[in-house]
Amino acid sequence: MTRKKKVTAKVILQKQIGEQIFDLWLETKLVKYAHPGQFVAVYPHGESMLLPRPISICETDKTKNRLRLVYRVAGRGTAEFSTCKAGDTLELLGVLGNGFPVDRAKGKRVFLMGGGIGIPPMLELAKAMDDKKQILLGYRNKELFLEEDLEKFGDVYVATEDGSVGTKGNVMDIIKAYALRADVIMACGPMPMLRAVKKYAAENNMEAYISLEERMACGVGACLGCVCKTTKEDAHSHVHNARICTEGPVFEAGEVDI
Amino acid sequence: MNTEVKIAGVAFKNPVMTASGTFGSGMEYSDFVDLNRLGAVVTKGVANVPWEGNPTPRVAEVYGGMLNAIGLQNPGIDVFMERDLPFLQKYDTKVIVNVCGKTVSDYLEVVERLSDTPVSMLEINVSCPNVKEGAIAFGQKADSLFDITSQVKKKAKQPVIMKLSPNVTDITEMAKVAEAAGADALSMINTITGMKIDIHRKKFVLANKTGGMSGPAVKPVALRMVYQTAQAVKIPIIGMGGIGSGEDAVEFLLAGATAVAVGAMNFVNPYATVEVVEGIESYMKQYDIENVTDLIGAVE
Repeated sequence: MTRKKKVTAKVILQKQIGEQIFDLWLETKLVKYAHPGQFVAVYPHGESMLLPRPISICETDKTKNRLRLVYRVAGRGTAEFSTCKAGDTLELLGVLGNGFPVDRAKGKRVFLMGGGIGIPPMLELAKAMDDKKQILLGYRNKELFLEEDLEKFGDVYVATEDGSVGTKGNVMDIIKAYALRADVIMACGPMPMLRAVKKYAAENNMEAYISLEERMACGVGACLGCVCKTTKEDAHSHVHNARICTEGPVFEAGEVDI
Repeated sequence: MNTEVKIAGVAFKNPVMTASGTFGSGMEYSDFVDLNRLGAVVTKGVANVPWEGNPTPRVAEVYGGMLNAIGLQNPGIDVFMERDLPFLQKYDTKVIVNVCGKTVSDYLEVVERLSDTPVSMLEINVSCPNVKEGAIAFGQKADSLFDITSQVKKKAKQPVIMKLSPNVTDITEMAKVAEAAGADALSMINTITGMKIDIHRKKFVLANKTGGMSGPAVKPVALRMVYQTAQAVKIPIIGMGGIGSGEDAVEFLLAGATAVAVGAMNFVNPYATVEVVEGIESYMKQYDIENVTDLIGAVE
């Protein structure tokens, strides 16, 4: 059972690390319960904005109770977060969802695939896995982020849409370019990338775990706002819908109809 | 200090309930609040069979509120009886089941299945704006509202609350129709139909195009409707619309509501329900009010 709480977290440090990409370290005891692939929901201060913004956990430092979030400014809420400075506070709801099944990759060859703002959760995941990892990262252009952090934990391959760094194209093009092989995939990124991962895994008879996102309200499974279609009847909903905030955000690719 | 209120003979330890659809069947928020502290848990809408609901995106934030178009996804009455009701029965709180359907006979089937259960009251959803069949279709026309209310009343073993839509010309007229058809109580308001457009993509934000608006931005509208309806009918009213604090709840009581429900504000503050209970209690202490019922309709 996940421990869920709404807490006040202190901003330790924030810096901009890319075009609209921010790197935020917070101090909160919530990190104790954090697992790779889980997320927190961050509340804007402005009273006109009510709903918490789901942001995946990028990294934790459990000894210092520190939580790292790397996010893209996508609207008014995240724009407000990007102005936070050391000493400010943010309200968080966490930790939410089920993360990546780290054990499924034990002793196997693994691809960790991150596309764009799907890259951040790959860092905590890479840190949690002892075996050798192939880390495939897709960016828009040469404004890379987190690739230096990830290089400490595996072999990093980069693709850019404009071809300015690494392989031209996306993470799937990296696999072709280097003729890489793996047994298990763990991925987070935009929907077209996750569809390609699902297809590739099915064709190559591989296990794949993908992290989905959807507009959320409650974050705790009550409102049924953030569902995704499932291939089988979901055990909780008894229809072909699973709650991304609760059963997800990580799903075995074959379980979801994306 | 006495916080008990009675609605159609059912006693609630305090006037604070959950608004249907915002609290599941209590399980999700039991991680945050002690359900024993609540007057009642009002469940997510339950139909005779499982409903898939609408495509996503189903939710969107708007200024001071939100839109939803969930479309009444629910696991159906069988799962409700086997899983959700036994969970709720572990708590010392009243259970009110929100009943939805596409046809009158769908509603009656659920009502009948609940007849021999410890459910305290039924809330009949004739006001969800996000489904193509049923729900609001029954709540926007006087004759169909009269018909469904009287048919449910004939079958129901528990007292019946009709949940009214604000998306009508005059909600007091619909309230009078429900009362004349035998409704024991009213709950109001369901969400106000709204819309949001993403100007960059030139697309509707919600897959359903329209959704129901809730949250603090609707509170003045809800409060006005509760006040006007309280002047027009004799049956008790459960008031809701943007309630997130004890002060908000007291406003609704003063306007004439016998009880209140916390909805969208659960998403903003998962502890909101219990904080509303505590807020009412501290208001009563501050103004030396012995019975919470003294507040009902006490606006001058």
